[in-house]
Amino acid sequence: MNAAVPADTPASGTPAVPAEVLHPRSYLHEGSTLRSWLTTLDHKRIALLYMISITLFFFIGGCAAGLIRLQLMTPNGQLVDDRTYTELFTAHGIIMVWFFLIPSIPATLGNFLLPLMIGAKEVAFPRLNLTSWYIYTVGGVIVVLTLLSGGVDTGWTFYTPLSTLFSNTRVILAATAVFVVGFSTILTGLNFIVTVHRLRAPGMTWFRLPLFVWAQYTTSAIMVLATPVLAMTLILMVFERITRIGIFDPSLGGDPLLFQHLFWFYSHPAVYIMVVPAMGVASEIIPCFARKSVFGYRAMAYAMIGIGVIGFLVWGHHMFVSGQSSFASDVFSILSFVVAVPSAIKVFNWTATLYKGSIELSAPMLYALGFVGLFMIGGLSGLFLAATALDVDLHATYFVIAHFHYIMVGGTVMAYLGGLHFWWPKIVGRMYPERWARIAAWLIFIGFNLTFYPQFLLGLAGMPRRYHHYAPQFQLLNELSSTGAGVLALGYLLPLVYLIWAMRRGARAPDNPWGATGLEWRTSSPPPKENFETIPRVTGGPYDYHPSGQRA
Amino acid sequence: MNPFDPFPPAASTMAPQVDHLFIALLAMCGLVAVTITVVIVVFVVRYRRGSRADRSNPPTGAFWLEVGWAGTPLAVFFVVFIWSTSIFSRFYRPPADSTQIYVMAKQWMWRIQHANGRREINQLHVPLGYPVKLIMSSQDVIHSFYVPAFRIKQDVLPGRFTYLWFQPTQLGRFTFACAQFCGIQHYAMGGQVIVMRPADYERWLAAGSEQPGLVARGAALFRQSGCSGCHEPGSSVHAPDLHALYGQPVHLADGSTVLADDNYLLDCMLEPANQRVLGYAPVMPSFKGQLTQDDLDALITFIKSGQAP
Repeated sequence: MNAAVPADTPASGTPAVPAEVLHPRSYLHEGSTLRSWLTTLDHKRIALLYMISITLFFFIGGCAAGLIRLQLMTPNGQLVDDRTYTELFTAHGIIMVWFFLIPSIPATLGNFLLPLMIGAKEVAFPRLNLTSWYIYTVGGVIVVLTLLSGGVDTGWTFYTPLSTLFSNTRVILAATAVFVVGFSTILTGLNFIVTVHRLRAPGMTWFRLPLFVWAQYTTSAIMVLATPVLAMTLILMVFERITRIGIFDPSLGGDPLLFQHLFWFYSHPAVYIMVVPAMGVASEIIPCFARKSVFGYRAMAYAMIGIGVIGFLVWGHHMFVSGQSSFASDVFSILSFVVAVPSAIKVFNWTATLYKGSIELSAPMLYALGFVGLFMIGGLSGLFLAATALDVDLHATYFVIAHFHYIMVGGTVMAYLGGLHFWWPKIVGRMYPERWARIAAWLIFIGFNLTFYPQFLLGLAGMPRRYHHYAPQFQLLNELSSTGAGVLALGYLLPLVYLIWAMRRGARAPDNPWGATGLEWRTSSPPPKENFETIPRVTGGPYDYHPSGQRA
Repeated sequence: MNPFDPFPPAASTMAPQVDHLFIALLAMCGLVAVTITVVIVVFVVRYRRGSRADRSNPPTGAFWLEVGWAGTPLAVFFVVFIWSTSIFSRFYRPPADSTQIYVMAKQWMWRIQHANGRREINQLHVPLGYPVKLIMSSQDVIHSFYVPAFRIKQDVLPGRFTYLWFQPTQLGRFTFACAQFCGIQHYAMGGQVIVMRPADYERWLAAGSEQPGLVARGAALFRQSGCSGCHEPGSSVHAPDLHALYGQPVHLADGSTVLADDNYLLDCMLEPANQRVLGYAPVMPSFKGQLTQDDLDALITFIKSGQAP
């Protein structure tokens, strides 16, 4: 039987609300004026506002990446000069990290689904939710101004003293953009934490929460705890740049490694802000299309909490060759190995979920399995970088670039797209074209590997990152990578086209097209403004799937 | 070079050790990746919707399985960690008889200075089979000295020294590069390590040193800059004896004890107020801005030589 039944029916396994019952008005029809959208307090509409914003930044950041890959087609490429090249990779990093990856799954799918999944009408603080989006937008405007006024040449990491005394570009403006957008992250995190604590439906105990909710909850805690450190670090950097009072610059009595410690104290947990929500998405899609309860539910939840906690203790693995003490490096090394264990547990459990399932390779499932495979490669390659002796050689080479793109693009972007497909019928009330979606999933998977696998080899060959020109022996691998980037770009454009097309032309979606068990499928597609006509009462776990037939 | 073989040789004593660990870890990770992929593919095919595979009693979890696949990686990781750490510790233990060479980085070049005063730009001549210790500092931002063929890398910081040592095992030219982004011409900041036969190296070294050696320059600077005014034995000012200082513990006024290494000597000259030696009045002025990095390197070499008073 299903985990949830409407509160006013006996808990005996009544299926979904019959389709012939007149659907309430969907949230999409609660006003169509621009004003109604820009003043909405509906978490679902705010999710769509975020979706439009981050899609815009995804393609801006993607254009920067495209130009980088074109420049690197030849060893002495002259497409852009070295200053422009530097500004391109800096813009790519800043935009993709803070304006796409960090808000991607939490602010769009999380905003849309979190209240639905726990049986709530809204997030805890709807006004704060809209405020978050406006803060994000202000940050976005500032980052666009940064680009238009000449860009930044420090890399997204803003290492001192390069950023404080040796750059004449728009460092302060860029830091302001990141500072501002950080507050949108903090407020979203705060909102989600309170929502999960206070607004769960009757019977929705902690261990009946879908893993997507666990993922959002863990991520929110990291957001709230880590992001303020970034804000302080950026303030200190800007302060030194303006006042010339020594904090990080040794010629003024400061310590440049202090900046790196503070920066990575935020930026390593930020990696988990980016990938833990992706784990949540995969944990919803895989059980649904395998018709099987997720294997080891509690282990999966604890693993995410473990990642969240240990993730705060590994930042020094970015600094093995920085000049920190070798003892510190040893401690950060063992902790970095330890943080890989919960990720390994998750991969094993996703695999075991397939056992004795009834598997359908629909487009969301292709994305989710692609996520598992690419995340696994990304995680395993991380072991090489956690090993101090190997990191000495591999640090700051293309091996590192390949590693974190496998996690963030192969992992997070695959899962984000999988989630968009999976919940698209719920979000817009229409089905996407399945054939095109499968083509795009394969195209992205192939294009991704063609782009980033050669970069592992480039790193082993000794090509440092952030190089405008390179030695001729690296050309073949760079050509492969750039070709892959072309395939990947095509793969990303396809969903942009057909998902928008599906909003008007797709077949009407039933309430629960996949036969999924989450509460979000217990309401109409798209849901009404208040999410549920009656607040559901929950009587069981979240993944009540049965492989050997229809749902009970 | 062959465009189909971009991989650098293993040309230092450290390189094979690093490579063995790499290959072992690659084999392990490859095994895991292939196994998981095969299992996923087999499950997807076997349990595809509509197949007749047995689906009775599908498991939803197994406590000991979870413990097993958490504990096994943890144990394997611990072995890899110990192995890696044992190699890594060697990066920090240069042999005592290493040839010491100063490396100064700035946007966007490397300047190398040998003990006898011979200088070179973006080239580093070293003898085959002998350990070499680089004593590195930056004039501006953070750089990083990276020799792929030796499997070594170390960031080079302004305001302090960092070290790197290696022992080449092959003759020839090996690329070195800056690995820490240091500004828009970062990519142009590279050069070559030229490994020569020891006899050739000695000849090369002797050929180009019209300059006085670092110790001699340091001795001259020691007088010119006024160090000797206080640190000479006959001086009326009570100042620490520098003769056998290097490598010894120094007790500071704040109760701590530090080792008199290169960074300590550098700090004493630039920020003497931070290094008040127990029993001495804090009268030493800062020489920040008065001495170039070259001067500082020469003075430190002079003090290390044991010839300082």
